[in-house]
Amino acid sequence: MDIHEYQAKKLLADFGVIIPRGGIAYSPENAENKAREIGGSKWVVKAQIHSGARGKAGGIILCNSPLEVAQATDKLLGKKLVTNQTGPQGKIVNRIYVEEATDIKKEFYLGLVFDRSSESIMVVASTEGGMSVEEISKEKPESIIRSKIEVAVGMQKFQAREIAFGLGVEPELINRTAETIIGCYRAFSELDATMVEINPLAVSGQGQILALDCKMSFDNNALFRRNQISELRDKTQENPSEVYASDRGLNYVSLDGNIGNIINGAGLAMASMDMIKLAGGEPANFLDVGGGATPEKIVKAFKLISMDEKVKVILVNIFAGINRCDWVAEGIVQALDKIEINVPLVIRLAGTNVEKGNKILRDSKIKYIEANSLEDAANKAVKILKK
Amino acid sequence: MAVIIDKNTKIIIQGFTGKMGTFHAEEMIKYGSNVVGGVTPGKGGTKHLNLPVFNTVKEAVDSTNATASILFVPPAFAADSAMEAADAGIRTCVAIVDGIPSHDMIKIKRYMRRYSKSEKMSLVGPNCAGIISPGKSMLGIMPGHIYKEGRVGIISRSGTLGYEAAQQLKDLNIGVSTSVGIGGDPINGSSFKDIIGRFEEDDETDAILMIGEIGGPQEVAAGEFAKQNMKKPVIAYIAGLTAPKGRVMGHAGAIVSAYGESAVEKVEILKEFGITISKNPSVMGETVKNVLKKN
Repeated sequence: MDIHEYQAKKLLADFGVIIPRGGIAYSPENAENKAREIGGSKWVVKAQIHSGARGKAGGIILCNSPLEVAQATDKLLGKKLVTNQTGPQGKIVNRIYVEEATDIKKEFYLGLVFDRSSESIMVVASTEGGMSVEEISKEKPESIIRSKIEVAVGMQKFQAREIAFGLGVEPELINRTAETIIGCYRAFSELDATMVEINPLAVSGQGQILALDCKMSFDNNALFRRNQISELRDKTQENPSEVYASDRGLNYVSLDGNIGNIINGAGLAMASMDMIKLAGGEPANFLDVGGGATPEKIVKAFKLISMDEKVKVILVNIFAGINRCDWVAEGIVQALDKIEINVPLVIRLAGTNVEKGNKILRDSKIKYIEANSLEDAANKAVKILKK
Repeated sequence: MAVIIDKNTKIIIQGFTGKMGTFHAEEMIKYGSNVVGGVTPGKGGTKHLNLPVFNTVKEAVDSTNATASILFVPPAFAADSAMEAADAGIRTCVAIVDGIPSHDMIKIKRYMRRYSKSEKMSLVGPNCAGIISPGKSMLGIMPGHIYKEGRVGIISRSGTLGYEAAQQLKDLNIGVSTSVGIGGDPINGSSFKDIIGRFEEDDETDAILMIGEIGGPQEVAAGEFAKQNMKKPVIAYIAGLTAPKGRVMGHAGAIVSAYGESAVEKVEILKEFGITISKNPSVMGETVKNVLKKN
């Protein structure tokens, strides 16, 4: 789960990370008042969407008066911001963060992620703040400092100091920088985060170490014990179909093609999408109804796919194990009794009681095309489209 | 002797009396697995499915000499149960459960570092289908009848894609020595490399089919290991050719976040290690068949 910049800043501030003075606003008047409250003579108005690269997309505006803050807010609120991370549909700006502008002397990159090879937490830092970590790895790989943290004992002060010295921070700021890095580590580990990123981490003209932009992501599997984090979820930043799916226990990712698919198991779903592609088609989605493929889940899946106007044909591929094909077939029949499908349907069943399952489908009123293998199903779905 | 479990392996069920535990214990017993009891804290001393229930894994191991366990406990308690199994001297523990926090998985793995190599439990999973040695024992939730007895080892991150492979092999009259589902999470108890090494040592396995997917470094690590240490042929399929970058594809671990983690990149790297690639998921069986013919 992702959260907004201002939320991440607030969380990290609780762990000792210093952030510029700022406040959230929902209207131009609101923003103008915030600017006056914050004081100073320069402010940054920042669109709050779940995406990086907002600056290039016009989502970050430097202002010289509270009036300008109001105008910038007016310009951004309600707008769909398209960045290189949001996809062409963009993300809607519902909140504005007004922040005092910082006089930046130096900018660093600081990020924390899981390192799946060493199964530990990895701190990544670079002197090339402001660039994305992908850009840094491509253009300035020699500037990257990596430090693996032993999770059983946590991050040690010397490790944080090493990173700070590696970044070339002035001696008088080393301790402060180390405290910031350790604060991020503690937030990562104590809040079940999967990613913490401060980019840039700035040295200000006044000699402060400040987090100017922050990003945090969290482990969905751990939200049950992180109520404080779950409450930060902003569904307006997610794809509506994906929200609909996740609320109903389905794993769904919306894609650009026109072959809708309903599959049990994530691996089989990815494999079926691969087959569609190899057959010359494009999947409209990834949809895993779970290994069990219960009739209830199948009904929900058909409902979800039928909402997608891109879909011109539906491919169902279920490998039934403990849940037998006859049971799955009955689920499909029930689902199509409730939901009207106006596009051709290709169904492939496999596994336990496959003959019984296919017989139930053949004997039902459902109009569909039977397929007997993964390849057959993909070929048939693509062929229908080409007609 | 099968590579991880055989027909004599004594199995206990952790989370025995719950709905999932009960259902799958019955399925395993029907298949012929040697289930000797189970653990549900607070229900010790009672009987369930005609088998003894214990309060702790230690009591269960002391009284039954069980060496394997399978976890059917909710994700919030799964880490605790896995560490309890490790401490009680269980040798192989399968965690079926989906939804264990990554931070908990790291904790389990750090905890297990206290044991010497010879005393260390192998944890398989979480978020997996488990282990089956066809005709001998099933320590998992798979449909046992789709596996024919034979000499091909299967390792798969995905459950249903592993079934698909077993079915394709069976349709070609090829059997399986052992199939291990290592699970779809970012951090697994056992990696491809851990399991592939055990297949190399298994005299009942002739070839290994590795079914990977996008995300993480595991397939490449196993490929490198195979090139350096293995004589047996390895066949691989990597799912997720069409998966967009940066999105989680169902499995928490199926996300491309670095170079070498996409399906195309993994396939290229594995080819360099001399691994035979199944070019699409519907020819996994055929690809194995062709490799077996050559060897």
